[in-house]
Amino acid sequence: MSQLSTQIPEGYVKVFSRPRSLSDAKYTYCPGCHHGIIGRLIAEAIDELGIQERAVGVAPVGCAVFLFRFYNVDFVQAAHGRACAVATGLKRASPNLIVFTYQGDGDLAAIGTAETVHAANRGENFTVIFVNNQIYGMTGGEMAPTTLPGQRTVTCPEGRDVKLTGHPLKVSEMLAQLDGPVYITRQAVYDARHIQMAKKAILKAFRNQAEGKGFSLVEIVADCPTNFQMSPVEANRWVVEKALQYFPLGDLKVKED
Amino acid sequence: MSRVLMRGNEAIAEAAIRAGLKCYFSYPITPQGELVEYMARELPKRGGVFLQAESEVAAINMVYGAAAAGVRTMTSSSSPGNSLKQEGISYLAGARLPAVIVNVMRGGPGLGNIAPAQGDYFQATKGGGHGDYRLIVLAPSTVPEAAQLVMLAFDLSDRYRVPAMILTDGMLGQMMEPVELPPPVDEATIPEKPWALTGAKGRPPNVVRSFELEPRKLKEMNLVLQETYREIEENEVRWEEVETEDAEILLVAHGTVGRIVKTVVRQARKEGIKAGLLRPISLWPFPYGPLRRLAERVPTVLTVELSAGQMWEDVRLAVEGRAKTPFFGELGGVVPTPREILSEVKKHVPA
Ligand SMILES: Cc1ncc(C[n+]2csc(CCOP(=O)(O)OP(=O)(O)O)c2C)c(N)n1
Repeated sequence: MSQLSTQIPEGYVKVFSRPRSLSDAKYTYCPGCHHGIIGRLIAEAIDELGIQERAVGVAPVGCAVFLFRFYNVDFVQAAHGRACAVATGLKRASPNLIVFTYQGDGDLAAIGTAETVHAANRGENFTVIFVNNQIYGMTGGEMAPTTLPGQRTVTCPEGRDVKLTGHPLKVSEMLAQLDGPVYITRQAVYDARHIQMAKKAILKAFRNQAEGKGFSLVEIVADCPTNFQMSPVEANRWVVEKALQYFPLGDLKVKED
Repeated sequence: MSRVLMRGNEAIAEAAIRAGLKCYFSYPITPQGELVEYMARELPKRGGVFLQAESEVAAINMVYGAAAAGVRTMTSSSSPGNSLKQEGISYLAGARLPAVIVNVMRGGPGLGNIAPAQGDYFQATKGGGHGDYRLIVLAPSTVPEAAQLVMLAFDLSDRYRVPAMILTDGMLGQMMEPVELPPPVDEATIPEKPWALTGAKGRPPNVVRSFELEPRKLKEMNLVLQETYREIEENEVRWEEVETEDAEILLVAHGTVGRIVKTVVRQARKEGIKAGLLRPISLWPFPYGPLRRLAERVPTVLTVELSAGQMWEDVRLAVEGRAKTPFFGELGGVVPTPREILSEVKKHVPA
C-alpha cells in the first residue's frame, strides 16, 4: 500500500497527487497510450467513492495484463476474454465486493464476446471498462473486431477489407439493445474535457454497482500510437477524426429506476 | 445419518452441498443432467448460488472467480463439456485455486454418445489443459462412495490448493443405490483462505494469478506446484484391494468397471481361479507403489477399462516388466459383462 510521497515545502498547497488506489508501480504502457489515463481515472473513481477496501479488479489479457500491479486493490488475472465470467463468479460469491473488469477490444469483443453478452444480459451487478483501441496492442498490432475499414494492421496489411473480414463490431450498440444492462456509454480521453466526461461515466458505472443497480459498461475509444505507427499526437488525432466516425460518443443506454 | 435411495448424480450434488458448496456453475449435458437439476432445486434453498452458464467455458471461469473469492465452488459436466473447461482448469491450477470439477464421462471422441465410458482418463490425470499441472482425480465405483469422495475432494482441494476432479461415468450417474449421506461439514473446520480476494482492508492487496513474465519467477511458481504434487503423492494415494493375498491373476479396474470386476473376481474364485482386484480410487495420484508390490508376486496383471488402454499405461509404468500386463477394453460406450471379462481372465491363467 505504498504511496509516492514528496515533501510539500512550507507555504505550498498540494493540488494534484497520485490517487491512493494507484500503486507506485510504473505503467508498462507505451508513450501516448490512452490505457494510462483510463487506469488513473479508475483509481480516482475508487478513491472518490471510498471503495478501495471493497474493490476487486479483474485483469484481462492484453496490454493491461499487468493491471494488478497498478492498484492498491485486490486483483484476479482472467484468461483472455473470460473476465466477465470471472467477475460473475466473484460477485455472485461475494456480493459486497465492488467488482470491475478492464478489457481490450480483442479480449471483450472477439474471444470474450459470449461471456460479455451473457453477463450483460443477466444484468450482472459489476462494472466493465472496455478499452476500444481498434487493434490488438499486446500481440503486435493485429486486426481487432473493431478495426476500421481500410485501417492497416499486420494481419490486414492492405487495410481491413470489410468484404473479407466484416465491419467494426459495435459492442456498445449491441449491448444497449438488451434489457439486462443499466448503463452503456461510449467515452474518450483524447482531451481534458473528454477525460472529465469519461471520469464521470466511470464514477456512475461504479456508483450503479454500489447501489445494486446492475450491469454497467463504459467503452472508451482509445489510441495505440505504437501499433498505429503514429506519434502520440497523430494517434490522438486519429481517434477524433477516424475512430469516432464509427464509434460516436455518448450514452447508449441509461436505465433510470 | 439418513439412509436414502439416490441416483449417483443426485448423491454427488447432495454431498457437495453438505461439504459447504456455495457456488455451482454449469451448462447442461447428458448424462449428468440430474446433477444440474438437483443443484438448481436445492442449492439456492440452502444458501448457495446456482447459475446456469452460457457455456462450459463460462462455467469454469465463473468457478475461477468464485474460488478466488474464497468460497467452496464446483462445476460438473460430461466429456465434451469437460473438454471446453480445460483452459479454465489450467488457470485454476496455475493460480492455485481450489475447486471441484465433476466429469460424468460418456463415449467419445467428439460428440460420441451418452453411454458410459472411461476415455477421459488421460485428460483428467495427465493434465488436459496446457502447462505442467495435475489434478487430484478421484474415481468412485458406487453411489455411496461417490458421496464420500465428493466431500473428500473439497477437503483435499482446499488443503493443497489444487483443483480436484470426480471422474465417473454415466452408469454411476444414473444408477440408484441406498446412500448413507455424511452429515454437513462444520464450516468452521474449513481452512482459512488468507489469499482470497475479500477486499484489501487492513492488509496489502491479494492477487490471484497464474501469469508471471519473468522466467525465474515462473519457475519458482512451478516448483511450488511440483512440491505440492509430491506431497499429494506421498499422502493421498487411495485404492482398494479385493482377494489379492493369494492372487495368481490381478485385475486392475477403476470406477464402475472396478465394481463389475469385483463380481468377476467372486465368480472366478468359485471356479477355482485365484483372481484378485486392485481398484485405484485416486487416479492421480495413481497407486503405483501398491500395484508394484503386488506385481512382485502376481505373474499376470490384467487391466480392464472402458477405453483403448489409457489407465493401462499407468499400470505398465507401475509394473515395469515385473509381470505380464494384458489389456481388455471396450469402446464407444459398450460395457463388458462379467462373463466376458471372466473369459478374458481365463485366457491368461493356466487351465
Ligand atoms: C487464448 C488466448 N489466445 C490468444 C492470446 C494472445 N493474445 C494476448 S493479448 C491478445 C489481444 C489483445 O488485444 P486487446 O484485447 O484489444 O487489448 P490491447 O492489447 O489492445 O490492450 C491476444 C490475441 C492469449 N493470451 N490467449
